[in-house]
Amino acid sequence: MSGPSLVAGADLFAGYDAAGYFCEMLRPPEQSDPAIELVRQRLARFELAELRRRAGDAERELYNLGITFTVYSDKEAIDRILPFDLIPRILTAAEWDRIERGVVQRVAAINHFLADVYGAQRILADGVVPARLVLGNSNYRPEMQGFAVPGGVYAHVAGIDIVRDETGSFLVLEDNARTPSGVSYVIENRHMMARVLPDLMEGLQVRSVESYGMKLHQALAALAPAGVLDPQVVLLSPGIYNSAYFEHIFLAREMGVPLVEGRDLLVEADGVYMRTTAGLAPVHAIYRRLNDDFLDPTVFHPDSMLGVPGLIGAWRAGQVTIANSVGTGVADDKAIYAYMPRIIRYYLGEEAILPNVETRICAEPDGLAYTLDHLEELVVKPVGESGGYGLIVGPHASKAEIAEFRARLAADPANYISQPMVKLSVSPTLCPGGIGRRHVDLRPFAVTGDSTWVLPGGLTRVALREGSLVVNSSQGGGSKDTWVLE
Amino acid sequence: MSPTPEPLDPSLRSGLLLSRYAECLYWLARYMERIENLARILDVTETFAREGRDDRNWLSVVQINADEQRFFERHSRATARSVVEFYVLDRTNPTSIASALTIAHENARTLRPLISTEMWSQINVFFAWVRQLGTEDVSPSRLSRLCARLKESCQTHTGITEGTFFRDQGWSFYMAGKSLERADAITRLVDIKYHTLLPNVAAVGSPLDESQWNAVLRAAAGYHAFRRLHPRGMAPVAVAGFLLLNNAFPRSLVLCVRQVEWYLGQLRTQHGLRSGGPALECLDGLRAELAQGTIDSIVAAGLHEFLDWVQTQLIHAHRAIAAGFWDGAV
Repeated sequence: MSGPSLVAGADLFAGYDAAGYFCEMLRPPEQSDPAIELVRQRLARFELAELRRRAGDAERELYNLGITFTVYSDKEAIDRILPFDLIPRILTAAEWDRIERGVVQRVAAINHFLADVYGAQRILADGVVPARLVLGNSNYRPEMQGFAVPGGVYAHVAGIDIVRDETGSFLVLEDNARTPSGVSYVIENRHMMARVLPDLMEGLQVRSVESYGMKLHQALAALAPAGVLDPQVVLLSPGIYNSAYFEHIFLAREMGVPLVEGRDLLVEADGVYMRTTAGLAPVHAIYRRLNDDFLDPTVFHPDSMLGVPGLIGAWRAGQVTIANSVGTGVADDKAIYAYMPRIIRYYLGEEAILPNVETRICAEPDGLAYTLDHLEELVVKPVGESGGYGLIVGPHASKAEIAEFRARLAADPANYISQPMVKLSVSPTLCPGGIGRRHVDLRPFAVTGDSTWVLPGGLTRVALREGSLVVNSSQGGGSKDTWVLE
Repeated sequence: MSPTPEPLDPSLRSGLLLSRYAECLYWLARYMERIENLARILDVTETFAREGRDDRNWLSVVQINADEQRFFERHSRATARSVVEFYVLDRTNPTSIASALTIAHENARTLRPLISTEMWSQINVFFAWVRQLGTEDVSPSRLSRLCARLKESCQTHTGITEGTFFRDQGWSFYMAGKSLERADAITRLVDIKYHTLLPNVAAVGSPLDESQWNAVLRAAAGYHAFRRLHPRGMAPVAVAGFLLLNNAFPRSLVLCVRQVEWYLGQLRTQHGLRSGGPALECLDGLRAELAQGTIDSIVAAGLHEFLDWVQTQLIHAHRAIAAGFWDGAV
């Protein structure tokens, strides 16, 4: 495997073993790529101590810059960094082309589905998706029924979680159409890479990730109320105590727009205004990072202090655009996910470019019976949850954990779906004992205004615990810079 | 309070500033300035006490900050250790450096979309350093180095801000806050030193007196400038006159008041903000008073009474700024 310029006896990958998983860097010959192999050779020449020193620099910088998220334990709020692994995850141009087309297709289907669900409900009438799964879903918002949102766009920003099985095939694991987070790390990781390990990318053509803020601003401005020449866009955040506040700052800065909180906004005669030192100034488009329930106390939680009274009314009156739309959670729910290939076929007349992981719905008798019979082999996930909480990975669970979970599942089957355990691909990662294999996923981000644009690459999350398949930041996950080769 | 939104001149759009941000910028500047002033006073008091001159000066630090009640609820005596812990580490004391920096850091976090990455990163690192300080770090033998680093961190903040912060209206709010805090700090320092420390008129002019004034000047970083103007002697009246009325000394009352006025004027002329009127009126009166008075006439009429009046005017100005730009805004 060693290249011609490799220094003898200094191969950092000497002890590396992908153990039958698809490795993103040490690939089988038919999927190999010269640029990826060049990066591997460059890495292999590093002294381990030098690599660790650079990783230390990166970690210190993340703390100094306050690039943190907040973890809430019992009573304490702790600022943590998302650990950054400095070995990049690299995608070839052909791989990216497939992902990009698959994500665009998926986002189109999601927007069609939402417009239909909150409109004529053809897909329910045609029996393609069970009506009770949609109308009885806790994320379905009856307040949205009959309101046609600007441009028919519901999921202006979507994050599609993609994994790779042992053959290297890409599969969609989950859709995120509410307020997907993590895009700030994609861009910060690239900056970090340029600072701590610039030698790795030298001479390679890697697609830029710099234009995200501009693209998002363009999409929001494109859907702003008609007749406004120079729309005022703002980012609405719950404030500095929100765990994703760093990302809110990042996006407001990248877009060059004010980061507002609910108390900065006010609705007058269906117009939305922000309180400035020069008085009230009109607002035309809101990228909100606040959950549906908190947006407008006159429509949702009456005691919420985070939102803006009258905001939904102003939106319905066409005075302001809200992104993402309210009620998108009904499309990214894990129960609906199982139907996505059929939803794609129904609206677009196409097969899914990126297939789903095989999924069983425990609300259905067959699905429940199968799941209960194969609990030891399956990953069972609660629907309507996020962040990797409350799921069980059968092959890694103890007998006691399985027994305990079996009872929970039997008590409330409609709350769960099950999937076979995907043998997630691995990526060489700097570990306590040297370079080791760690499982990764990928979350590309799609921005939709007039059309859909996908940020090249996306967030590669890595499960830093040996053997773990859970990549969530709240559960010991880290991230990597993701390169898309030209 | 009834808001009647009027269309905004589009040319002003790029300069729009949320009221909440204006408030945070103003307070960020005030708290960073407050930390620096406090570090200066602790440093000088420590030097003074170390030279064996007078340990009672630790009490004056408490008096300058008008913290007697809060302090004596926690400590029975004002010693080097108790005062320094109270003002550096004590998070339950809202006037401590730890508390001020917590608020400054929170303001900076809120302002993160607006301020430069360098500004934020420096405050974030400064905050993390102060948060981990323990009692051993503020022991008398280490205090001087600690104060030096505190001052330097504040000055680094000032320098980074000067070099990286965009000069829109936010800058004017920041600078107005900074100048107002300085005006307040110098007024308190002169008031306390002139009256509380030396209640006995007989002590005026004694060697102790001279070293006291020497320390006051050093706390305000004005010793050498004063010496250049007054090569002979250190008359208390001359020192008070220098600290209050000198037109070139960057921490003098008159210069700071002029600066607050200048930045509020900028908000009006450069950014079209009319709500600073009442604050400008108040400062205009204060500056006129300072311009026509001499230190001799002020002392003759009663320095303490005069400084009391100045403090009241500064409070009025602060309230007028808040009411004009954030508290009273729709």
